[in-house]
Amino acid sequence: METAEIKLTPKDFVTDQEVRWCPGCGDYSILKQVQTVMPELGIPREQIVFVSGIGCSSRFPYYMETFGMHSIHGRATAIASGLKATRPDLSVWIVTGDGDALSIGGNHLIHLLRRNFNVNVLMFNNEIYGLTKGQYSPTSPVGKVAKSTPVGSVDHPFNPLALCLGADSTFVARSMDRDPIHLREILKRANGHKGTSMLEIYQNCNVFNDGAFEVFTEKGTKKLNTLMVENGKPLVFGENADKGIKLDGFKPTVVNLSDVSANDLWIHDEKDQVKANILVRFFDIPSNEHALPRPFGVFYQEERFCYEDELNAQITEAIESKGKGNLDDLIKGKNTWTI
Amino acid sequence: MNLYQSLRFLILNNMSLTTEIKTDVVILFAGDSGDGIQLTGSQFTTTAALYGNDISTFPNFPAEIRAPQGTIAGVSGFQLHFGSIEIFTAGDACDVLVVMNAAALKANMKQLKAGGIIIANTDGFDPKNLKLAKYPDGINPLKDGSLEKFKVYEIDITKITRTALADSGLGTKEMDRSKNMFVLGYIYWMYNRSLDKSIEFLKEQFKKRPELIDANIKVLKAGFNYGDTVEAPMHRFEVKPAPVSKGTYRSIMGNQALALGLIAAAEKSGLPLFYGTYPITPASDILHELSKHKNFGVKTFQAEDEIAAITSAIGASFGGSLGITASSGPGIALKGEAIGLALMLELPLVIVNVQRGGPSTGLPTKTEQADLLQALYGRNGESPVPVIAAYNPSDCFYGAFEACRLALEFMTPVFLLTDGYIANGAEPWKFPSAADLPELKVSFAKNNLKEGEAFLPYKRNEKLARPWAIPGTKGLEHRIGGIEKENETGNISYDPDNHELMVKLRQEKVDNIANYIPLQVIDNGKEKGKLLVLGWGSTYGSIKTAIKEAIEEGYDVSHAHVKYLNPFPKNLGDILKSFDKVLIPEINNGQLIKVIRDKFFVDAKGLNKIQGMPFTSQELKNKIVEMLK
Repeated sequence: METAEIKLTPKDFVTDQEVRWCPGCGDYSILKQVQTVMPELGIPREQIVFVSGIGCSSRFPYYMETFGMHSIHGRATAIASGLKATRPDLSVWIVTGDGDALSIGGNHLIHLLRRNFNVNVLMFNNEIYGLTKGQYSPTSPVGKVAKSTPVGSVDHPFNPLALCLGADSTFVARSMDRDPIHLREILKRANGHKGTSMLEIYQNCNVFNDGAFEVFTEKGTKKLNTLMVENGKPLVFGENADKGIKLDGFKPTVVNLSDVSANDLWIHDEKDQVKANILVRFFDIPSNEHALPRPFGVFYQEERFCYEDELNAQITEAIESKGKGNLDDLIKGKNTWTI
Repeated sequence: MNLYQSLRFLILNNMSLTTEIKTDVVILFAGDSGDGIQLTGSQFTTTAALYGNDISTFPNFPAEIRAPQGTIAGVSGFQLHFGSIEIFTAGDACDVLVVMNAAALKANMKQLKAGGIIIANTDGFDPKNLKLAKYPDGINPLKDGSLEKFKVYEIDITKITRTALADSGLGTKEMDRSKNMFVLGYIYWMYNRSLDKSIEFLKEQFKKRPELIDANIKVLKAGFNYGDTVEAPMHRFEVKPAPVSKGTYRSIMGNQALALGLIAAAEKSGLPLFYGTYPITPASDILHELSKHKNFGVKTFQAEDEIAAITSAIGASFGGSLGITASSGPGIALKGEAIGLALMLELPLVIVNVQRGGPSTGLPTKTEQADLLQALYGRNGESPVPVIAAYNPSDCFYGAFEACRLALEFMTPVFLLTDGYIANGAEPWKFPSAADLPELKVSFAKNNLKEGEAFLPYKRNEKLARPWAIPGTKGLEHRIGGIEKENETGNISYDPDNHELMVKLRQEKVDNIANYIPLQVIDNGKEKGKLLVLGWGSTYGSIKTAIKEAIEEGYDVSHAHVKYLNPFPKNLGDILKSFDKVLIPEINNGQLIKVIRDKFFVDAKGLNKIQGMPFTSQELKNKIVEMLK
C-alpha cells in the first residue's frame, strides 16, 4: 500500500487519444464533467472500468485514462455484469446511448436493473442514431422525419426512465449535457448509490437532431419547461419559481404559487416508488397544452441487495459449510471401483 | 468360450432355468418419458460398472418433457451395452428390449436382434394403449403372433407392483411410479446382479420420504424374486467382468466430465471459474453440474439470453477470471458476434457447443455433428478460432481442460465441440488424480514500465499471445475494443496496411498453435496402407468397433481420430497421404471432409448419416468392406 495518496486531477483522466466527436456535440460536455468528477470520487484510476457498446457515445472509454472496453452493440450491460460478478472491487461505468441501451441492448438493460449489480449506467439520449448517420431511434418522437422515415416515424417512443422503474431499477435519475453543475452533482449521486444507478443524460446531436432538447436546455425556455427535483423539497418551477406541482389524488397538476401554499405542493421523496412512477411519467411534449414540465434530478433511490454480493455470499457459505473444494474428491465422485 | 465357461454353461443348462454366458449384451429400456426409464438405465449402468463390466450407454428421450402418455412421441429410451470385453459404443441393436407400453414396442421393434428378448408390461398393452400407439383396432402385437421370432416375456408389472405395495398406504399413482424398480429388479435377476447399490441409492434419493424408500426397495426385490420364483422358463445370463486395465474407475457422463474438466482447469490455473450460460438442450447439464460446486469458487450465471451468456463471460475474462460459455447450435449462432469480439480483444474464453440436430431448432434431443463448419467459419470477417472436439464421455474432461489451456496460453477464444450422444452417454472412467494434470501457468501482466514508457496491450510474446493486464493493475490502464486496432498499442486504427497486418497476425497466432499440440496418432491399424478411416468427435466408438472387427477379419484398414480441428496436427497431411483411400464418416452432410479436401487435396470419401442417431458399427464396417473390394 502506498502511504501518501496521490491526489488525482481531471487531467489524469484524459488519454492521449484525439477526441473525435463532431464539433459541438453534447458528448464533449459529458466527457468533461465525468473527467472532472472522477478525482473527487477517491477511487484509484486502475480500479475504474468504463464499458461501452456501439454508437457515438460508446467511443467514450477511449478518452478515459482508466481501464476500458469498447464492445459490441447493446452488450456493454451484459459484459459489465460478468465483470462486476467476478470483480466486485471495481468501479464499473457503462456508457451507452438510446439505441444501444433501449433498442439492440434493451433486454440486457432490464435484466441488469433487476439484478441490481453495483454499477453506473450513463445513457446518453439524443433521440437519434448518430453513428449510422441519422435514422430515428427508440426515443424519437412519433412523426420524426429522419433518413429512414422520410414521411415521419410511426413508432411510439420509449419513456426510458419509466421503463427502468418498471424493471425495478433502484436508482433512476436524469440530467443534461448543457447543465454541467447539475450533471456533476448527479454523477456523484450515481456513484454513491450501491446498486445499478441509471442516469439518463439528454445530449444534443447537433448534426442529426439539433435542438431536440433545447426547450429544456436553453435559457429562454428552460425554467418554464423543466422541473429540477431535490429530495425533501417541493416541486417548484417556472420563470420566477412561481409554479408548483400538486398531487390531486394520483394526478399531478400545475398550480400557481400565488394560489397554493408551498406546503401543499408535492414534496419530493426519492424513496417513494409510487410517486417516482408518477414523476417519470412527466413526459409530455412541451408544446402541448397543460404540458407538465420535464423533471431532472434523482427520481428514485432504494437500497436492495446486489447480485454480486449474494453470489459471493453463496460461495463463501459453500466453502464454510463444505470446506474448500478438493479436486481429487471431485474427480473421484461418490462411487468408484478398483480392478 | 474357455473350458471353465463351457463347463459352467453345461452345468447351468442342466438346471431348470438356463444361464447362458454372454460376452456382451445390449439392453434397451423403453417407456413413457414419465416411467423412470432413464433412472432404471443409469442404475443398471452403475451396478454393471461396479461389477467390472465395460459399459457404454445412450439415453434417447423425446423433446417434450411429458409428451402425451402412451404415444410414440412420448417414448423415452435408455440403451446400455455392457460386456466382458471392451465396449466402445452403446450397441447397434439390442438383445433385450424392455417395453412399458405398446408405443415403446412399436418405436423400438426394429432395434431388436432376431431371437432377442422382449419384456413387456402387459398393462401397457390394454386397448387404450394399443390405440394410442396406433395399432389397428383389435390388434395386439403380444397376441397376434407377430413377435414369433423373439422370446416374449409378458409380465403385468403394474399389477404386481400394486399388489406388492397394497399395504404401503400409498395412492395408486404413487405406487405406479415404482414400476421401474420392478423392471430393474427383474433385470438384476436376469444378469445375476446385486441389489445393494440401488438400495443404497434409493435410501439416499428418498431420504426425506422414508415411505418411498421402503416402497421402492420392496418393488425392486419383487422384480428380482419374480425371476427366481416364476414357473415359466426364463433365461438368465452371465456377463463376466471385462479385462480392462487395472486401476480405479468411476462412471461418468459427458456433460459431467466436461464440467469437472473446467473446474480442474480453474484449479490448475489458480483462476476463478465464471460460467455464463442460457439453458438449452443438451448443454444444460453442464450448468447443473457446475452450480453444485460453489465451494470451488465456481460462479455460474444464468443469463437472460445466449448473447449475455457469452458477453458476461467475456467481461469476467477481462477481469481476470476463466470465462466459459456453453450452448448448442442455435445458441452458438446467437453468440457469433461476441465470439468475434473475444478474438479481437484476444481474451481467453472457452465456448462449448454440445451439438444437436439442426438447422434452426432442429432435433433438440438428438445428436449430430453438423456445427463443425459453424465453429470454424461461422463469424463475420477473418476470424480464426481454435477448435477441438471430444470423442467420448470421459474425453469431455480432457477436452475441457485442453480448451482452457489453449485459451489461457494463447489469449484466444477456443471452441470445444461435443454432442448429445457423448454428453448424455456414460462409460467407466479410469480417472486421473489431480497431481497427474499439468499446471496451467497464468501470469497477469505486471507494471514493469520505465518512466514515460507506454503500456502496449497488443505487444505479443513468442507464442504471439498478448499480455493479460487486468483492471486493478496500477499503471496498466488501457482500452480494448472490437474496432480494428493498431498493432501493439491497441488504439483504434483504420490504416489499410495495419488492418492486413492484424488479420495476418491473428491468423498466425492460431496457426502457430499447431506447434503446441500433440501430433496425430493412428488409433488402430498400420501407419500406411489401403484405407484410413478418419473420424472426429462422438463417432469414435462406432469406428473403433468396426475397425477392430475389420482388422481381425484381415482387412487393411486403419483408424485415426482428429481431436484438434483447428489448427490440425502438423503431421495430419502426411498421415492422409500414407493411405490409398481415405474415408471420413460423419453424422452430418459432409463437413470435415470439405476442410480436409480443401487443406490437403486428398480425395477423401464420405459416409454420412443424418438421422439424429450415431452410426452403428455395422454401417461403418459395410462401408469399409465396400471400399476395400
